Amino acid sequence: MLAYFIRRIAYLIPILVGISLITFFLFRVVGADPVDRVAGRYATEEQKAELRRQLGFDRPLWPRPGRLLAGDFPGFARNQLFSHLYSTFTFRFGRSEQYRRTISEMIRTGAGPSLSLTVPAFIIGLFLQITIAMLCAFKQGRLFDRTVVVLSVFGISVPYLALIIFGQAYLAGRWGLFPIYGYPEKFGFPVVVYLALPVLLGVAAGLGSGVRFYRTVILDETRADYVRTARAKGVGEGRVMFGHVLKNALIPIVTQVVVVIPFLFLGSLLLERFFAIPGLGFMLVDAVASSDWPVINALTFVSSVIYLGALLLTDLLYALVDPRVTLK
Amino acid sequence: MIMNAGGKSEGYWISTGKEIIRRPRAAVSLAVILFYLAVAAWVYTGWRVPDWETENFEMAYRPPSRAHPFGTDIYGRDVLAKTVYGTRVAVSVALTASVLAVTIGLGLGLIAGYFGGWVDELITWLYSTIQSIPYIILILAFAFVLQDRRFSLFGLEFRIRGINSVYLALGLTGWVGLCRLIRGETIKHRDREYVVAARALGASGFRIVARQILPNVFHLAVITFSLGFISYIHAEVILSFLGLGAKNVPSWGVMIDDAKLELFRGVWWQLAAATAAIFFISLCLHVFGDAVRDALDPQQRGEGG
Repeated sequence: MLAYFIRRIAYLIPILVGISLITFFLFRVVGADPVDRVAGRYATEEQKAELRRQLGFDRPLWPRPGRLLAGDFPGFARNQLFSHLYSTFTFRFGRSEQYRRTISEMIRTGAGPSLSLTVPAFIIGLFLQITIAMLCAFKQGRLFDRTVVVLSVFGISVPYLALIIFGQAYLAGRWGLFPIYGYPEKFGFPVVVYLALPVLLGVAAGLGSGVRFYRTVILDETRADYVRTARAKGVGEGRVMFGHVLKNALIPIVTQVVVVIPFLFLGSLLLERFFAIPGLGFMLVDAVASSDWPVINALTFVSSVIYLGALLLTDLLYALVDPRVTLK
Repeated sequence: MIMNAGGKSEGYWISTGKEIIRRPRAAVSLAVILFYLAVAAWVYTGWRVPDWETENFEMAYRPPSRAHPFGTDIYGRDVLAKTVYGTRVAVSVALTASVLAVTIGLGLGLIAGYFGGWVDELITWLYSTIQSIPYIILILAFAFVLQDRRFSLFGLEFRIRGINSVYLALGLTGWVGLCRLIRGETIKHRDREYVVAARALGASGFRIVARQILPNVFHLAVITFSLGFISYIHAEVILSFLGLGAKNVPSWGVMIDDAKLELFRGVWWQLAAATAAIFFISLCLHVFGDAVRDALDPQQRGEGG
């Protein structure tokens, strides 16, 4: 078990290095020089040079092998690639250009509001998706099933942004059923009032694709031999569905669910922006709007680490639970 | 005479095409998709395209009427003309990004799967890395970095402007899933008898990949193409909202984004027009994509129509 665990973690190292290389490539090689923007329009050339020196952008981009051969190790190590890798792996992402707050602090305060939106939306959505998918499988080919299949394709085809704009303007704005936007300073009961509409819209947006996916999963399972055997034994339809089919369909369902969980931390870009929920999604959209590249850089790496961590955890859980997974 | 009575037998792709057309829903969907493509091509030629640019402030926010079937926007411009014009951005984004993604995915997947070794290791590492970054952040980071950028890399000058950044951001990030699929399939085919036979006859590696393996994995590319098309149209909307999309030309994304303030005043027609435009093409692409998948799936072939 330990050997498996270690090997699995060792496998992550090249991936993490790869991600930091991609962020380096994007933000340092291809991206614009941020100094002009940070320094402002009226900065003199000396001020810009000073700022560039402070931020380390006066260094060469790549390490120069010539210096290493000449025995000048500090000269070899002084480059933007190495300092980018160092700050990424020590999670020192610096400060936001816009707010002058450290990015780690911003991520810590943003995770809570994001989760308060995405977790309820995820749980309610999942429950509805699986329930509707089960009903479809139960009444396969009948009117209910066919209607749901058509409606779910309709649902997928509606642009997400249009749904949110419509919901906010009509359900909240014109009909006044919900507050238009906002998020209380202190976490408490009023949160529910403000989150009701965004959660509802999040659930509605995911319903079509979710039902389609779980319906296929469950229908695949109903064609298995053990289902025929159970029916032949005279087991009732209800027990076949819940006792046999659902139990076995749980494997693909759990796999799907675990992959989604890390994304809950990220929140929802559009919902948070429209309903002014101060989460990570809001932070990301705000960073794009104000060209705050250190924030985008940090969120890219942190979210990938969370995602990889969740995948690692799933694999380990499978190894523990499923006797067919051999640990060598 | 008996051997070759009807000339050459029907090719795989032709018979598949007929299989798809035979399903009424798929045929209707295909017609609608072709209609969108035709509209985009028409706007592209610029020949007698409806005028969306003329501003007339006295006509601002007029509801649908005979003169303006979809109403007018804040500057008094015709919403129908904007919707028609927006087809160009949507189709060109989806088409360019799909072609780019499918080309990269197919190429790298075939190379990794067939040649193996360190090339395979490198390509696998590249797509595993890209796959570990949440997709929405990945597109956003690419689109953000690439907008209006001039940069030099290894002595070469690159310049990216306007909508090109959206093409590149979507195309450079969208190839990963296909590459993984193609690599897996290619590994399966690599040691099959027909490939071994081609090798024994002295065919070069690239010839085997292009002539023998490519036709056997190409259906995956077709399915990815049709599914990718839908997601790129939707992605364009989100990028427009973030201010990373099309500028100075009407696009459905910009129209929906404009609606966030209009709707509170009861001006619903611009949102409705853009939403409907996206809704119908994505619905038809879904139905058509499902039909293609069913028709190309060898296990389902021949079981009725």
